[in-house]
Amino acid sequence: MSASGSQQGMTPAPKPEHQSPWAEAEGRLSRALRELGQTSWVVTVLAVVVALVVGAVLILAANRDVQASLSYFFAQPTAFLETAFQVLREAYSALFRGAVFDWQAPSAARSIRPLTETMVYSVPLILAGLGIAIGFRSGMLNIGGQGQIILGATSAGFLGYALSLPVGLHVLLALAGGILGGAIWGGIAGVLKARTGANEVIVTIMLNNIAIYLLAYLLQQQWYKQTGSNQPLSSSVDESAQLFSLLGSGFRLHAGFLIAILATLGVWWLLERSTLGFEFRAIGENPEAARTAGINVPKATALVLVIAGGLAGLGGAAHVLGTEYRLAGGVAGTLGFDAITVALLGRSKPLGTFLAGLLLGGLRAGGVLMQAQTGTPIDIVLVLQAVIVLMIAAPPLVRAIFFLPHADGRPRIRRRSARRKTEAAAGTSSSRQPELQTASTSGASSAEPPSAESSSSESPNSTTQEPGK
Amino acid sequence: MKLELRGVTKRFGSFTANDRISLTVAPGEIHALLGENGAGKSTLMNTIYGLYSPDEGEILLDDREVSFNGPGDAVAAGIGMVHQHFMLIPVFTVTESVALGYEPTRAAGIMDMAVARAKVLEISARFGFDVDPDARIEDLPVGAQQRVEIIKALSRDARVLILDEPTAVLTPQETDELITIMGQLRDSGTSIVFITHKLREVRAVADRITVIRRGAVVGETSPQSTETELAGLMVGREVNLTTAKEPADPGEVSFEVRGLTVLSSADKVVVDDVDLSMRRGEILVIAGVDGNGQSELAQTILGLRTPVAGSILLDDQDLAPLSVKQRLAAGLGFVPEDRSTDGVIGAFTITENYVLDMYDRPPYAGGPGNVALRLPVMREAAQTQAERFDVRMGTVDDPISTLSGGNQQKVVLAREMSRDLRLFVASQPTRGLDVGSIEFVHRTIIEERDKGTPCLIVSTELDEALNLADRIAVMYRGKVVGIVPASTSRDVLGLMMAGVPADEAQAQAATHHTVLAEADEQAEAEENQ
Amino acid sequence: MSEQTVSTAAVQADPLKQTATGVRPISWKYPITYAVLAALAVLFVLTIPAGARTHFRLSSGGDFFEIPLVELPSRPAGWILAVILVALAGLAIWQASRRIRTRLWLPLLFGVLFVLAFLVWAGADRGAVIPLVTMLTGALALSVPLIFGAMCGLVGERSGVINIAIEAQLLAGAFLAAVAASVFTSAYMGLVFAPIAGALVGALLVFFSVKYQVNQIIVGVVLNVLIIGLTGYLFSTALTQNPELWNARQQLPRLPIPGLSQIPIIGPVLFNQTILVYLMYLIVGLLNIFLFRSRWGLRTRAVGEHPKAADTVGIKVNRMRVYNVILGGAIAGLGGAFFTIGQGLAFGKEMSAGAGFIALAAMILGRWHPIGALLAALLFGFSTSLGNTLATIGTPVPSEALLMLPYVITIFAVAGFVGRVRPPAANGTPYVK
Repeated sequence: MSASGSQQGMTPAPKPEHQSPWAEAEGRLSRALRELGQTSWVVTVLAVVVALVVGAVLILAANRDVQASLSYFFAQPTAFLETAFQVLREAYSALFRGAVFDWQAPSAARSIRPLTETMVYSVPLILAGLGIAIGFRSGMLNIGGQGQIILGATSAGFLGYALSLPVGLHVLLALAGGILGGAIWGGIAGVLKARTGANEVIVTIMLNNIAIYLLAYLLQQQWYKQTGSNQPLSSSVDESAQLFSLLGSGFRLHAGFLIAILATLGVWWLLERSTLGFEFRAIGENPEAARTAGINVPKATALVLVIAGGLAGLGGAAHVLGTEYRLAGGVAGTLGFDAITVALLGRSKPLGTFLAGLLLGGLRAGGVLMQAQTGTPIDIVLVLQAVIVLMIAAPPLVRAIFFLPHADGRPRIRRRSARRKTEAAAGTSSSRQPELQTASTSGASSAEPPSAESSSSESPNSTTQEPGK
Repeated sequence: MKLELRGVTKRFGSFTANDRISLTVAPGEIHALLGENGAGKSTLMNTIYGLYSPDEGEILLDDREVSFNGPGDAVAAGIGMVHQHFMLIPVFTVTESVALGYEPTRAAGIMDMAVARAKVLEISARFGFDVDPDARIEDLPVGAQQRVEIIKALSRDARVLILDEPTAVLTPQETDELITIMGQLRDSGTSIVFITHKLREVRAVADRITVIRRGAVVGETSPQSTETELAGLMVGREVNLTTAKEPADPGEVSFEVRGLTVLSSADKVVVDDVDLSMRRGEILVIAGVDGNGQSELAQTILGLRTPVAGSILLDDQDLAPLSVKQRLAAGLGFVPEDRSTDGVIGAFTITENYVLDMYDRPPYAGGPGNVALRLPVMREAAQTQAERFDVRMGTVDDPISTLSGGNQQKVVLAREMSRDLRLFVASQPTRGLDVGSIEFVHRTIIEERDKGTPCLIVSTELDEALNLADRIAVMYRGKVVGIVPASTSRDVLGLMMAGVPADEAQAQAATHHTVLAEADEQAEAEENQ
Repeated sequence: MSEQTVSTAAVQADPLKQTATGVRPISWKYPITYAVLAALAVLFVLTIPAGARTHFRLSSGGDFFEIPLVELPSRPAGWILAVILVALAGLAIWQASRRIRTRLWLPLLFGVLFVLAFLVWAGADRGAVIPLVTMLTGALALSVPLIFGAMCGLVGERSGVINIAIEAQLLAGAFLAAVAASVFTSAYMGLVFAPIAGALVGALLVFFSVKYQVNQIIVGVVLNVLIIGLTGYLFSTALTQNPELWNARQQLPRLPIPGLSQIPIIGPVLFNQTILVYLMYLIVGLLNIFLFRSRWGLRTRAVGEHPKAADTVGIKVNRMRVYNVILGGAIAGLGGAFFTIGQGLAFGKEMSAGAGFIALAAMILGRWHPIGALLAALLFGFSTSLGNTLATIGTPVPSEALLMLPYVITIFAVAGFVGRVRPPAANGTPYVK
């Protein structure tokens, strides 16, 4: 904690008119390039490019034709290149046709169907991703999306087939049940963190696994699954509880997508325009200062995870009520972890999360077609996803790969120190808002020396402070 | 060993922390490096110690140029440093702390603790330190931790010892002991670089003084210079070392603390049966060495800690049932001790920081149940107050981390004083600020007092206490040792800070003068001439 | 005078550290837990039908001495155990009231006896035999990857790098061990390659978290996804297309230790194992010594607690972290090998099945201490094995409840119920000068 030598408070204000000597030395072109490297969407696009390249290598490595052509590479290098190009074109065009627009489809309706499939896949991702994003903005790493989605699905699904209610009411009640289930699961982590300081990363990871076993247990109980068979599979959600279809039969797109849009707007208002959101952001940036300013940090902490869990639960509910209709042990798939990716990719901003959810939904939808048409296993989507996030999290790496200059022409390692003080909080619990936008957020304080004068803003006996203070 | 710097320059981006600094420390000399907070002293020392590498210039040891790739190289070359924030690991023992990085080992890298322990004992014996080699660092008082740091440096045969603001955590009497130790070291041939912003210490200890300002050397002088001369050099203009203020005109008693007892999170008593009573329009300074319960007292008044006994009364209203938010709303103004962790949120804008404890009530919030923020109102209020408090900034939409410490503190003061206050509490309000900002803060506090608000100021700087206070309460180990008038001498206050009751302290101080007090008297005599 | 004051100053205790005797409340958490469990044991006995018997099998197939089935009269045996448990709970209450610190043997003994009482009850009159040795062997087998994983996490976190990617490292180790063993048709080659796989994942973790200071938890989570995807992809392609070449089963041979392996019950469980298990004993033992008594350990702990302090004495903080995380990765890779070559199985998709997360939990519950983590991992392995056993003999307790147990216990642990869990102070904080 005292390791963070950043004493930004004491340093004289950097004079804005002074340009860094590096920056002055740069020509106009390189400055343009630098600004390009700074814009986050460029990094995002480049990260996708890197991921596609990595994916290409994997696709080629696993393809038998390519392997065969490689064996006589020196005799016929063009054959290898041609085969490789052919294989990649097939794979990635299948990915695109599965995700956006299928020009090979027999009818116009069929050719836009992929886009709607992308939307279908994106619904739970967006909803759960928004929950994760709220956590990130509030300084909490909620790894528990998976468990919250499962609980949401578990409760919504059960209400969906166990009750008999009129059409509108039934679906609303089932959705509310889903929200409640997720909120309880998130709330456990939130209340424990608020009351005992239990690290939310650990608790949510544990809750994920508990949720899996809980669902497995329930799916063996006849009162719960109501099927009469021994299969660990529940009965189907009543029609009255299903989310209505938006485009009629032939399309799976359902009202969950509208819910996702509304939730995105709601989360934006919550974070940017409401007093509660002000509290969330304050405890995320600096819980100590928030406490000193009279914000009830434990209450806000618990509330963040309740809301985050509720959103993830809603995601699980929409998944069951709109797409799956019945519960199985693997109903949540890897949605929970994908949601983390979505929030990271969206830089914890509501609109960004929405778009990232669409992107990942597209990868899913496209991956299905790619697997069906070219035999490329859908697992590759996980790899693409992971590579994208890693690249976005480390913009300097992306810049290095594409030979773009540093964001501000200075060794960027210096610029982070200004934020480290707050990060340095406590051990594992120092989970801060994920450091994705280092270039943009710390850029403002970038001109400050890390420890120009380490005067006594820290308590002198800080060596004896407990972690967690 | 002789240490020489030639034109050392260190930049951080566009900011030049050290600008062509040259100085020479002769063998067996105590060389003071004087400069205000933010002048670049620590940067310079970290450069010498190999933590930073200089952008220009050279460092010479005994006339040989050296370049360090890290602190390890500097230590190997004979440079030792006692950092202002001790570089000790709380959970290690003294022996482990001293051995770290230079571990005596047996086969397979297993440590030879007996050898390490013997080394600690040997050095302690040589300088008459009483340090238990098996004690855990976190269990040691600050003074003893500092001695561990010195042992660490000496165990590596440091012949140039850098002490960075070593007296900040000590009572005047402990400072005296440190001065004795420094003398012993000098006599054994060690060169000492002594970094400080306290004029009095410089004159008492140094053989030579180098003054730096805004990263550049502005003069080298002898300890014979007067305090006014040194202050002038340090700040670059004539400084009033004391803030002018009218004598207090205290009204009726409005704030009372009765029998307050507070436990730390580890169930130790940190505030022990404290009684205080304040009148309207007076400044009460809580003095004492850092870590004697003053911060906890202030936090308890705000409501960040719950006392186990006692009561806090503001205008006869018991604060106990009120939350922090309710106390702030009831007219409590609070400036926390550590601005960057408790006072402001660095990534928030100036506007957001300005409303940090008022964001959820009109006029800054609106709608049913005050759920929505009113951004234009917030921005306008921040703009007006920032101008009133002379905050130097770009726009109110900039993150507050772009401001200097002094300007950040002005935003905090502007925020706290924008309400009608019934009590003002500030913990170390000028810590780490430059002289100009200190003057501003002091003036602002005195203005608030003159409006009739009782002001409770926690300060570990005796100068500040004497300058600002109408009365001084000294705390030691959680207890109030005594409450004395602001005219009390430094020696008496120093003894009280070590736990000696006021009357006894008077008697002792009459017979034993500390070095610093003597220097002080001398300074006064000079000024009077 | 100055010397005199030096000594008085040194005598002063830190004002914040003085103990306020009598103020600190007695901790009743443990005694109450014991009391509740003892009461539960009594309840077990009361629900056993009269004259019921419980059967234990104490031998496994290849034993030197064939021990016959042990048949206990359930009720009397249950009563004896319950009485001892009540006595132990009473002792714990008495110790707490006198503020005497309980020693480690008490919870251990209590735990063992409670489990026995539980088994006596669970097996009473079910006509099923409780295979004690098989259960213990299963417990150890389930614990091995957890222990390796926990040691991996510990080595990294003691130096200040949070490792959520243990799961990925185990999986990578399992994958490469299987592939290497299959390609070279030698299980021992798998043992050589498994640590490399784990270390590579560790290298990725430090590459992003130390070099680019990306949040360590994020990198960990993403690496898990990456490795699951990568191994899943390769499994679905190469490994499925040509399993004879890439994914043929290989098993490390058992190497019974002469003498030790003949001890009844314990011998076959602990000392008739593969080299991988012996390696685990060795690693835990070495870590326990080196972490606390060697130069490497001192520096590791310094870097994890206060990196800047370590830097000022010339320790290369980031280099230390890089080495440690990669070393940890290698350890976890070995643990992963247990899933495949350790048990003679071919690689399967996501076959680590969350073990990395339980390993993480074991490390936390063990308070970042090798022995503590070992015990916690064993506890988790045992509870899973017990769950599996109960699922086969059929008891009123759902096996899912026992499978959940590690996670529930960990939540209680981090919520402070099992005493203050204090991670290394700089854990998770990137170090930048």
